[in-house]
Amino acid sequence: MDGDINATAPGTTPPDTDPARKRRVHGMLKLYYGLNEEGKTVDQAESMDPCDINGPHFDPEVYLNKLRRECSLGELMDQETCMVKQIRSLDSDMQTLVYENYNKFISATDTIRKMKNDFKKMEDEMDCLSTNMASITDFSARISGTLQDQHAQITKLSGVHTLLRKLQFLFELPARLNKCLELQAYAQAVSSHRRARCVLQQYSHMPSFRGIQDDCHAIMDKLAQELRQKFRDGGSSAKDLSECVELLLQLDEPAEELCDKFLSHAQSRLEADLLGLEAELRPPLSYGPTAVTDPYTGPAHRLSVEPTAGSPTGPSSLNNPFLSPSSRTDILEFIDRGCNEFVSSLCLVIASYQELFVNRPQEGELASKNIPQMAIGKLHAFVDALATRYFSLVERRIQEEKSVGDNSLLVRALDRFHRRLQAVAKLLPGSAVPSQGTEIVVRAARERIKQYLAALQSFYLNSLTDVRQALAAPRLGGSSAGVGSHLGGPATGKEAPASLPELLSTLSASILNQIKSVLASVHLFTAKDITFSNKPYFKGDFCSHGVRESLVVNFIKFVCQSSRQFCESAGDRGGSTPPALLLLLSRLCLDYETSTITYILTLTDEQFLVQHHSPVTAVTALCGEAREAAQKLLNHYVKVQGLIISQMLRKSVETRDWVNTIEPRNVRAVMKRVVEDTTSIDVQVGLLYEEGVRKAHSSDSSKRTFSVYSSSRQQTRYAPSYTPSAPMDTNLLSNIHKLFSERVEIFSPVEFNKVSVLTGIIKISLKTFLECVRLRTFGRYGLQQIQVDCHYLQMYLWRFVSDENLVHFLLDEIVGSTAHRCLDPAPMEQSVIEVICERG
Amino acid sequence: MEDDAPVIYGLEFQARALTSQTAESDAIRFLVGTQSLKFDNQIHIIDFDDENNIISKSVLQHQAGEIWHISASPADKAVLTTCYNKTSESRVVTCGAVWRMPPEWESGSHESPDDPHNSHNPQNLELLCHLDNSSHGNASCVLWEPMGDGKHVISLADNHALLWDLTESSTQATISSSATLEGKGQLKFTAGKWSPHHNCTQLATANDTAIRGWDLRTMSQIYCIENAHGQLVRDLDFNPNKQYYLASCGDDCKVKFWDVRNINEPVKTLEEHSHWVWSVRFNHSHDQLVLTGSSDSRVILSNMVSISSEPFGHLVDDDDLSDGEDNHQDEKTQEPLQDSIISTYEEHEDSVYAVEWSSADPWLFASLSYDGRLVINRVPRALKYHILL
Repeated sequence: MDGDINATAPGTTPPDTDPARKRRVHGMLKLYYGLNEEGKTVDQAESMDPCDINGPHFDPEVYLNKLRRECSLGELMDQETCMVKQIRSLDSDMQTLVYENYNKFISATDTIRKMKNDFKKMEDEMDCLSTNMASITDFSARISGTLQDQHAQITKLSGVHTLLRKLQFLFELPARLNKCLELQAYAQAVSSHRRARCVLQQYSHMPSFRGIQDDCHAIMDKLAQELRQKFRDGGSSAKDLSECVELLLQLDEPAEELCDKFLSHAQSRLEADLLGLEAELRPPLSYGPTAVTDPYTGPAHRLSVEPTAGSPTGPSSLNNPFLSPSSRTDILEFIDRGCNEFVSSLCLVIASYQELFVNRPQEGELASKNIPQMAIGKLHAFVDALATRYFSLVERRIQEEKSVGDNSLLVRALDRFHRRLQAVAKLLPGSAVPSQGTEIVVRAARERIKQYLAALQSFYLNSLTDVRQALAAPRLGGSSAGVGSHLGGPATGKEAPASLPELLSTLSASILNQIKSVLASVHLFTAKDITFSNKPYFKGDFCSHGVRESLVVNFIKFVCQSSRQFCESAGDRGGSTPPALLLLLSRLCLDYETSTITYILTLTDEQFLVQHHSPVTAVTALCGEAREAAQKLLNHYVKVQGLIISQMLRKSVETRDWVNTIEPRNVRAVMKRVVEDTTSIDVQVGLLYEEGVRKAHSSDSSKRTFSVYSSSRQQTRYAPSYTPSAPMDTNLLSNIHKLFSERVEIFSPVEFNKVSVLTGIIKISLKTFLECVRLRTFGRYGLQQIQVDCHYLQMYLWRFVSDENLVHFLLDEIVGSTAHRCLDPAPMEQSVIEVICERG
Repeated sequence: MEDDAPVIYGLEFQARALTSQTAESDAIRFLVGTQSLKFDNQIHIIDFDDENNIISKSVLQHQAGEIWHISASPADKAVLTTCYNKTSESRVVTCGAVWRMPPEWESGSHESPDDPHNSHNPQNLELLCHLDNSSHGNASCVLWEPMGDGKHVISLADNHALLWDLTESSTQATISSSATLEGKGQLKFTAGKWSPHHNCTQLATANDTAIRGWDLRTMSQIYCIENAHGQLVRDLDFNPNKQYYLASCGDDCKVKFWDVRNINEPVKTLEEHSHWVWSVRFNHSHDQLVLTGSSDSRVILSNMVSISSEPFGHLVDDDDLSDGEDNHQDEKTQEPLQDSIISTYEEHEDSVYAVEWSSADPWLFASLSYDGRLVINRVPRALKYHILL
């Protein structure tokens, strides 16, 4: 108690309403009565202290003694007052508790009394119930005893009933089946029969059942027959068919046979499709012969049909019956038809077949026969056979597609073809059909490239023919206009003769355009939206090998090669190629070498993103080839032109009697002609080639007039040749002269410039002159005539060549040789020569 | 190699005509005819001492005129024919004649080979007979019957081919038969060659761009290669070992080889010269060696193995002889012999109008340029051994 007091004492008087306090009061009471277990610890802690007023071992005596000993009087007094106060509060608390408990006890007593009454009533009712139950049990026992027999009987009867119903089903089965047969309710019939089959089988030893079974068999056979008939007829839809097949399978029809039948039935339909396609392949008779005509003759034909029309874009179908596709379906239609009819039916067949034979849930006996494998095998063979035929038709059709006008049609057709085959691939994984289809596409693409190459080549040759015509008849105004329009350039009608540079630029532009358009056409093969463009072939080989090598490189090679052929064939057979064409081609090849080839190949590589897996022709190699061709052509040009002039000179020397000729009064006409021709060649070459470098002119020769050409020097130059000196002298002098001059290569390669070309031509001509002179014998006037001629040539030819000394040297040789071959070498006065030449 | 160095000999006059002395099989000897309108023309007899590399010459006077063509009798060393220009009354006529060299020439002029002007008494050729063809025009060349007895010659004069019989030790010449080329314009034979095959019954001639073959028994044309060359055909030669093979050269700078059984296309074409080719000669023993001379001042020796008579002949022999030497055989068969240019000789400084093989030494040849320079060359030794071994 002391602790509590200590605890509360410093505070004010505790109010009664405080719940904490109240609880403490209860707690204290509990404590007092030893009810509280919680207090044990507290007890134990203070148990030993006899001075603990709340502890059980409290000893008032000790406590009092302790107080008395320790406390002062005042403190004792306070202690006493406090004690009294506490005792009082405890008493009042006790009174309250007693009162409360009393009330509760009273009410409990009342309740118990009431319960006692109720239980009595319930007991009576329970008694009544138990009696009733006893009587019920009694009754029930009696009833069940009575009904026992009847129940057994009923069970038996119901069993018999079921059996009878089954028997009835069996007996009625034939009739029912017949009826089903009549109504064509085959499915029902089959399911009925299936239900009965086992039973019939089991009881077949009994005659009646045997009869039924036989009947059923007969009917079912008939049914099967009918099903087969239906199956064979083929008129029915796929769904019907599949139903048929299912039923037949259920009827234990051998699956293999069914597969075969199903496939053969499908085959007949598919073959009808194929025949339809084939019929389209066969061209109508009236177009038979024209269809063979090479469509590449188109451009030339076009030219003749509509010479003034300026559209080179497409063949005009009105004028060219063989280019008109109206009578025949185009390839896209054809492929469409093939896809829609054949391929889709094929897919349908495959799908339903797989539904029927391959993907069936396999039940019981059917499972053991391993139908799917067998069926798949058959299907593959079937599909392969048909696809092969289809492919051959498609290939034939593709091969007929020779007109290179519109490639997009073909590409679209091939795309569709390829795309539709993917369906087959999906349906029938592992089939070779799609890869074969891809093969076809690849082949078609290759073929296409070949065709384009051929078309390019023929275009090139046609262009050359046109150029040739334009060159051959430059004075006929109409033809050049026609050429201009054909080559795709603006009609060059303003001036009648198309000049060489114009021809060259139109030619090279039209070729380039053609290459570009071909590239664009071929590019369709690799377009993103085309299904086969991501096949490895089209990514790699097609671009690098097909387009770059087979098409572009081959074309360039062809250009070079055909150019070279001009040199070879024309050389022996008297120059059938006009020299201007040689010159033009040479320039073309040179342009190719310098820029065009690089441009074209870069264009190709960019367009097709060529990745060079395999080694490809290098640009430099092609350029080298083009340069070689250009060189050859130019050399040949020089040779041909030189030859023409040579021939004139040779004839003029050979046909004259030089011993008995008269005193020269004029320059011979042939020399004028030579100068004229040389001038016109100079103009011609100047149109296409740059001037080139000359060796520095000597001061006097740079002046135009030959008169300034020092007569004194001329004298000294010719003097040794003229003077009839001792043979030794001549030899010595000419040998010394030759010792210090370079050897003159006559038919040597020329450089790509005008001066070099002209030098080559003049060299050839003068050398011929020299050789011819050496074969003749001259009289006095013969020599003088040659002197005049040579002087005239010298007046005019020096300006064309790179090194005028060359002309001088050769002319010296000619005059010198003439002097040697002269019976009476009396040279003409230089001044007279000059006067004659001045006169012209 | 000193041995392979060319030997050069200079004539004082311009010259076109060159032949080897056909009947001489021991000494290497060439005959050169000069061309001079003002001085007496000469025939230079060039002897070449192979061992000492020394040239010795003799000069015979040919006073009849400038020599355009010369050819030596295959039977008699001393007999030769020339075609020469004769100028009379401002007319130039080309004639043919048969000559005999004076017997003393060999001892006669050897003393002064380097000084012709001082040669006190140049000997004259002895005229045997004229191939008188005044009715037939100008003679362009005279051909001896190859391997014959020196009794038959053919002269080509304008558009006639005349077959002469030489009788009474060549002092009498009578025309036994003749053929005439008919056609438009002024046709003229430019060159000809008597085939050594078929019993010497065939002749090949060139006129303009065409090559014609003639049967001498009937004097009729047997083949004609029109447009054999783009321009004039300058010379012909028969392959001595392959009877149908013929070489031709011309103003188109080409040398062509023909199989006369198939005249549409040449068997082979060489385009090595840069100007007209004036002369072509097969080596007499090894017909793969072909010599050409051109007015580009070059002489080219080619090895035409692929069309020669002995492309693999030696190989067969080797096989038989040396079975053990497999390696050796393989080596030979593995490198197929290619037609090739063996060598280009640039010793000349003027047009080369004639080339000729020596009749005594198959590895030696001479070429003559217009300025009178005669060059004697040898087949390169390596090639020689390659062919022989």
